[in-house]
Amino acid sequence: MDSNLSHRLKARALKLAHLATLFVAMSIICLPGLWIVLNSFRPTVEIMAKPPVWIPNELNLDHYRSMFGGIGEGGVPVLTYFMNSLVISVTSTVIALLVGMAGGYAFARYKFKGKAALFVGLMVTRAVPGVALSLPLFIVYARIGIIDTHFGMILTYVAMNVPFTVWLIDGFFRQVPKELAEAAEIDGCTRWQAFWRVEFPVAKAGIASAGIFAFLTSWNEYALASQLTRSVTSKTMPVGLLDFTSEFTLNWGGMCALAVLMIIPALVLTFLVQKHLIAGLTFGGVKG
Amino acid sequence: MLRYKLPPWLLLLLPAIVVLLAVVMLPLLLSLYSSFTSYRLTRPDSITNWIGLYNYEKALTDAKFWAAFGRTVLLLTVALNLEMLLGLGLALLVSKVTHGQRALRTMMMFPMMFSPVLVGFQFKFIFNDNVGLVNNALQSLGITQTAIPWLVDGNLAMFSIIFAEVWTSTSVFAILILAGLYAIPKDPLEAAKVDGCTSWQTFRHITLPFVMPFIYIAMAIRSLDVARAYDIVQIMTNGGPARRTELLWTLIGRTGYVDAKMGYANAMGYTSIFLAIFFTVYFFRKLTTARTELGMGG
Repeated sequence: MDSNLSHRLKARALKLAHLATLFVAMSIICLPGLWIVLNSFRPTVEIMAKPPVWIPNELNLDHYRSMFGGIGEGGVPVLTYFMNSLVISVTSTVIALLVGMAGGYAFARYKFKGKAALFVGLMVTRAVPGVALSLPLFIVYARIGIIDTHFGMILTYVAMNVPFTVWLIDGFFRQVPKELAEAAEIDGCTRWQAFWRVEFPVAKAGIASAGIFAFLTSWNEYALASQLTRSVTSKTMPVGLLDFTSEFTLNWGGMCALAVLMIIPALVLTFLVQKHLIAGLTFGGVKG
Repeated sequence: MLRYKLPPWLLLLLPAIVVLLAVVMLPLLLSLYSSFTSYRLTRPDSITNWIGLYNYEKALTDAKFWAAFGRTVLLLTVALNLEMLLGLGLALLVSKVTHGQRALRTMMMFPMMFSPVLVGFQFKFIFNDNVGLVNNALQSLGITQTAIPWLVDGNLAMFSIIFAEVWTSTSVFAILILAGLYAIPKDPLEAAKVDGCTSWQTFRHITLPFVMPFIYIAMAIRSLDVARAYDIVQIMTNGGPARRTELLWTLIGRTGYVDAKMGYANAMGYTSIFLAIFFTVYFFRKLTTARTELGMGG
């Protein structure tokens, strides 16, 4: 009876410890983000207050209002940056997906000499750090005159995303049984029709998740954008965030508001894709 | 009429190859060439001034370069190992939960959505000595009276950077390891229970070997984008104070753009590229070994 009780107590203590640890871990994960969101609604006076104000007295939309109104918060043209980011990310994602689909299909369906070497070659290009690439790209782009343009950024991001989209899409096409497409061809489809009518619909979800990955990479990229964009015509939001720090005083509230604006699309897209995200990464890697 | 036709696979791969050649390989060749010249941004004609291996000799004898190199390797080693351990812990914690696992998984992915720039900025704010969350909390709780200069003191700044780095990337490990935990077949676990293994023995000899490939995948993915640390460091400290947190990438950026010594910066850039490739290849090889051990095949 006694050992039974002590055993039960031990199990209960273990369970409590487990929940407590989990709670602490989740708090550390979530708190920094929530802190940013909270501060985007607080007036600057309260953010700077000493001693700190823990329970907000006043929450308002001032930072958002000045961000979208007229010139923008602290003279930073947030809306223009947002549009730049959107145009560049969406265009480069669409192109990277098309290129990636062609490449992934080739890797999944055809046998040819030097396939493994070519694959590794593609992946290695992904290992080049953005900063190291930004120096020569800067020279080249300046020479041919596409520095500080949407076109230059789109081209760069397509190249950045292609290896990854090829890798992911290759994995998804491989899960589609070859027999499906062959059956369609026997039934009189051309290879092209077989692809669009049979293989593409099956792999669609996976391709979508590759697209979201590509979008997030472009949306969040900083190292290259900070060197290849110079002015309002092509600056993206991650680079724009730095505009708040270049002034003598830091506008924390404004920065937080811009940060929230940057997170929302990323948040929504990641929620949509989270199931495929894990499947894509592990299928590509383990069963590869 | 005889027209040479490209094989279909090459035709399909052509766009990818062309884009990568134009945007990655060509600039890299240019930077390789310019690393043998005394090219400076301010004097464009200096690109023809061939100086051989001078830039590399200069880099290899430059104390600043080696300091940044050592710091980068230190950061990578500490951060990757910490992320792996914490990620493993987190995955085990979450996998033991019976209710609300989906919600927890979603929360776990929260940091992954953050742009590295945002992470840098967020922790710059949180570790700010004047208005930051950490100092505010410490002072309100009465643990310390004076403000701790998190980002101003060299060692503390390095700690803050590692904290930020670990915060963003632990979830990558946790998610992948969790996927590995789900994939473990149940039979060996039950057999271990019947044979009277302790939970530690079960973990050490059954769970861990099965999860290992997933850990290596995470390592390989992470080492592909370790240069993300550039963004975080750039925002949080910009390599300061007094170059105490200077990493290879911030040093390269500074030499190239601020000092305008492009040739020299490209020489250092090549070193950092080799570092990245080394780490990636290392983990991919580990992955292949772990895979064959488990009989998953290549």
